[in-house]
Amino acid sequence: MVSIAMPRAPGTAGVLWAFIERQTNLWKRYWAWELVWLVYGAVNTLAVTFIARQVDSSGAAASIDVDRLVLFLLIGTLVWAYLSAVLDDISLVVQWERWEGTIEHTLMAPVRRSVHLAGMCVFGVLHAVVRTMLIFAIALAFFEVDLGQADWLAAATVLFVGSFAVAGLAVLAGVLPLLYPERGQQMSMMIQAFVLLVSGVYYEVDVLPAWLHPFAVISPATYILDGIRGAIIDGEGVAGVWREIAALAVFGALLLPASMATFAVAERWAKRTGRLKRQG
Amino acid sequence: MNQVPLQVNDVVKSFGGGWSASSVLPWRRNGASHGRRVVDHVSFEVRRGEIFGVIGANGSGKSTLIRIISTLLLADEGGVRVFGYDTVREATPVRALINRVSADPSFFRNMSAMENLLFFGRVYGLTAGDVKRRTPVILERLGLEWPRALEPMSHLSRGQQQKVAVARSFLTSPVLMLLDEPTTGLDPRSKRDVQSFVRDVQQSHDATILLTTHDMDEAELLCDRIAFLSGGRIVAGGSPLELRQMVADGRPLDSINMETVFMELTGRRVEDDEEPAEEGEEALIHG
Repeated sequence: MVSIAMPRAPGTAGVLWAFIERQTNLWKRYWAWELVWLVYGAVNTLAVTFIARQVDSSGAAASIDVDRLVLFLLIGTLVWAYLSAVLDDISLVVQWERWEGTIEHTLMAPVRRSVHLAGMCVFGVLHAVVRTMLIFAIALAFFEVDLGQADWLAAATVLFVGSFAVAGLAVLAGVLPLLYPERGQQMSMMIQAFVLLVSGVYYEVDVLPAWLHPFAVISPATYILDGIRGAIIDGEGVAGVWREIAALAVFGALLLPASMATFAVAERWAKRTGRLKRQG
Repeated sequence: MNQVPLQVNDVVKSFGGGWSASSVLPWRRNGASHGRRVVDHVSFEVRRGEIFGVIGANGSGKSTLIRIISTLLLADEGGVRVFGYDTVREATPVRALINRVSADPSFFRNMSAMENLLFFGRVYGLTAGDVKRRTPVILERLGLEWPRALEPMSHLSRGQQQKVAVARSFLTSPVLMLLDEPTTGLDPRSKRDVQSFVRDVQQSHDATILLTTHDMDEAELLCDRIAFLSGGRIVAGGSPLELRQMVADGRPLDSINMETVFMELTGRRVEDDEEPAEEGEEALIHG
């Protein structure tokens, strides 16, 4: 009889690619939903940005720089399209597999959870970039905006560094369906809505009541929006937005490991109480 | 490495006992739970290369036991070792050695069988080439035409989906296979295809198989040894012949079928559900 050898866990790169490839296949199979979200995202971007044109045509605010307002709102809606796509994709890590019924088979594979979650994060970010670029291209057909001053390298750096923090936030939101099978996904959507409220997506955070300001300070989205607006509207380079980049790096360094550790604790609890399999 | 495929030692599992700190603390291996006991001090050992059957009615604790062995549930007391590896402390090597087929095929419904198998193969360390080379061979042995593997899973019948589920598990060449009611709900032909495949693989690939079922004919056809599970406890165990001898009481052995053996040793029929699951536990306790 052949003796059984010590098993080896599959390589990190192969597992990362497994999750990216799987999500891409799901994306292709659910292309109609992708179309729906693209149209929804584009319409939302256009609808909000047209508010700036309304200010222009009413003549109600002669002192307002309407072109700047158009760009402010356009960036806000695009960044929000990006952030919500990342948050949606990653926070569905548990819930989607519960719907499909595959969660037990995925979680019993010999894969480190950190690599599993990293694969979901990489796909979430790439998917969000593609969708946001398409929405941006559609929006450019409707609005004449001057992007000559934009520092794209600085904007991309802010987005890249900020994506780690957002991924951490999304993994934390993804823990909720593990803890609360029936209501977890709704709770993670409430987190997303709160981030939208406090982060200055459609307005400066200064207009918020004072008691909401601390939430704006601890929301990574606030720094992503500030950094990208600084880079695109004011043409600031990487050095000009270093405060935002530094803040986002700190958020990423804290949130990503903390969210992975929280996921591990929640998974253990779900295995103790038998909640992995339960349908929400 | 220890060469005993599976050792289940005094495992206890209850549901609905409320929150306790031990449910989240990684250094607390076990934690007593005071809810409804589903697995009650179960111990057994499965030998290398055998098919070991666990037979019980719905609600007897079969699937809970399989989930504990699969690292998907944590036992309240006791422990499980797979080739000497502890399923809690050494979960990753355990997972590399096992695979599982459940009564519910569980696939990404809109992805094709091949796309599903590609994913589940890759997370066990197979390359795309490995999956594409092995899959047609396994599916052909299971009686599923290759072109069906390129269609979305939702287009396949229940029997065809279950064959793909069996293919997914054997694709990774596990040395311990956990078959949790793999033929439940299948038509007679699909059932025969799956049973004959399981027997072939066990004989040709040195695989050890733990099979749970409430189909007595299947248990007798496939299993080298059988344990009867009732009320979460193992009430009897042995080869089909030994089990018959336990209840023969002077009757000719070939006149006693396994259903009679089960009824006489457990005091209930295998078709009868055991105590109904409490609210919210239905999805957890299938076996």
